[in-house]
Amino acid sequence: MIDFNAVSKQFAGKAAVSNLTLNIAKGEFTVLIGTSGCGKSTTLKMINRLVEHDAGTIQFAGEEIRRFNPQALRRRMGYAIQSTGLFPHWTVEKNIATVPTLLGWSKPQIAQRVSELLALLNMDESFRQRYPHQLSGGQQQRVGVARALAADPEVLLMDEPFGALDPVTRATLQQEIARIHQLSGKTIVLVTHDIDEALALADRLVLMDKGEVVQQGTPVELLTKPASEFVRQFFGQSEWGIRLLSQASAGQAARRGEWLEEDAIVESMTLREALSVFIARGTDKLPVRDGQLRPLGVLHFADLLRQQRS
Amino acid sequence: MRWLRDPLIWLILLFIALLLLMPYSGALFASWFPDLSRPLYQQESFIRLAVAHAELVLISSLIAVVIGTGAGIAVTRPAGREFRSVVETLVAAGQTFPPVAVLALAVPVIGFGEQPALVALVLYGLLPVLQGTLAGIDAVPQSLREVAQGVGMTPRQILYKVELPLAAPVILAGVRTSVIINIGTATIASTVGANTLGSPVIIGLSGFNTAYIIQGASLVALLAIVTDRLFERLLRLFKNG
Repeated sequence: MIDFNAVSKQFAGKAAVSNLTLNIAKGEFTVLIGTSGCGKSTTLKMINRLVEHDAGTIQFAGEEIRRFNPQALRRRMGYAIQSTGLFPHWTVEKNIATVPTLLGWSKPQIAQRVSELLALLNMDESFRQRYPHQLSGGQQQRVGVARALAADPEVLLMDEPFGALDPVTRATLQQEIARIHQLSGKTIVLVTHDIDEALALADRLVLMDKGEVVQQGTPVELLTKPASEFVRQFFGQSEWGIRLLSQASAGQAARRGEWLEEDAIVESMTLREALSVFIARGTDKLPVRDGQLRPLGVLHFADLLRQQRS
Repeated sequence: MRWLRDPLIWLILLFIALLLLMPYSGALFASWFPDLSRPLYQQESFIRLAVAHAELVLISSLIAVVIGTGAGIAVTRPAGREFRSVVETLVAAGQTFPPVAVLALAVPVIGFGEQPALVALVLYGLLPVLQGTLAGIDAVPQSLREVAQGVGMTPRQILYKVELPLAAPVILAGVRTSVIINIGTATIASTVGANTLGSPVIIGLSGFNTAYIIQGASLVALLAIVTDRLFERLLRLFKNG
């Protein structure tokens, strides 16, 4: 879908991104992660040409992005940033309708699309006529995501979209974006410096440092087969194990054919959360139910230890 | 009946009443200033003076707004950015000239009448409009401009859909200052032959006729106050809308 080939970008003689090669597959949730100034935001902005690359090629849908009209290209890609990005003089409805309006959709079509998006992001119809300053940070961010999705873009670009939110709201919105990704199968590229956010959302994780890709792969690959000392350091010595547990669900690890008449956990819960439940209850066995609340099996405390080998 | 409690309505009514009743106030001023042989300004009707005054201010302000906002927009575009300091300095220099000096300088070039007054008023009105435009556009957050670009707006769409609407209250505040300054400056413009509400004031000053001064000054002051209140009303509409 998006292919970087030996791409470089300099700002005032200083390399922001150097010799970057990266392939983002259709439908994949890619997370660019790294410390501040590692070039991850620049990389994202090169995709919609907010930043023009100096060397190499970037292809979108098989064509070099310079061949596109920049406005036309951007309208095919949703773009969301931190909550400051809503137009303060426009209502929620008008904000969401930004790209459809630019594309010249008809009024009834736009109104219907806004309704769909409000529903998709669990927002009430009464928000339509409100202004951004009348919304909470989390609500503003939902509108930001809705706006990015409005014209049904082929790619969704998100630059630290949840950076300004409190941990609870942030977790809710992360779940929401994961759900939208599953529902729509859209190609999503998200930039973050939050390791847990990256591990929770990514199909593929791209770790960058000093303008270069240090390692890319699935989250589990980066955790279990770090390519260098930097990668190991980055994912944290002390929390490494916990983070690995966050990559598997209780449903995957539970032993089938066993059952316990106790308060059960759901299969979608991560092993990291399950560990917390084990400790809170002071037990070493937890029954697991599936999505329809039918008994699935029992998770043993020892099963957590088997994760490192998988 | 709520509108009756609006002070703006009363101010406007007071201005109109003063304008209409001034010709009949001869007896009042005669008893106030018994030494004056002609206590009421009669060379020209006050209504005609007020219309001429308003016309002069309106035309000069319109020109100042067009040039001021135009220049403000031009020097905030990528192509015009390098001219920003030059334009700011030039316009500020226009403001540092005393209005009387501008009028005096304009007369030998243009002659007596409305034109030199118009030139002086335009020069004078430019700075607040330009400053308002620059401050308003500068206050638009860079992140917002980037988002506008990121969702696929053209530079023109960014200007008309994002920058100008957000800058509008600040620009309008600049226009307000400019118009109020020009109402005052237009008063002095009668020294070069422009007919304005300043005419009774200037003639009164040179002929030691205090009654003339009061008649002209009270009308100018009221005109300025009414205009200022009108702008405030407009600004409030903008902020709530």
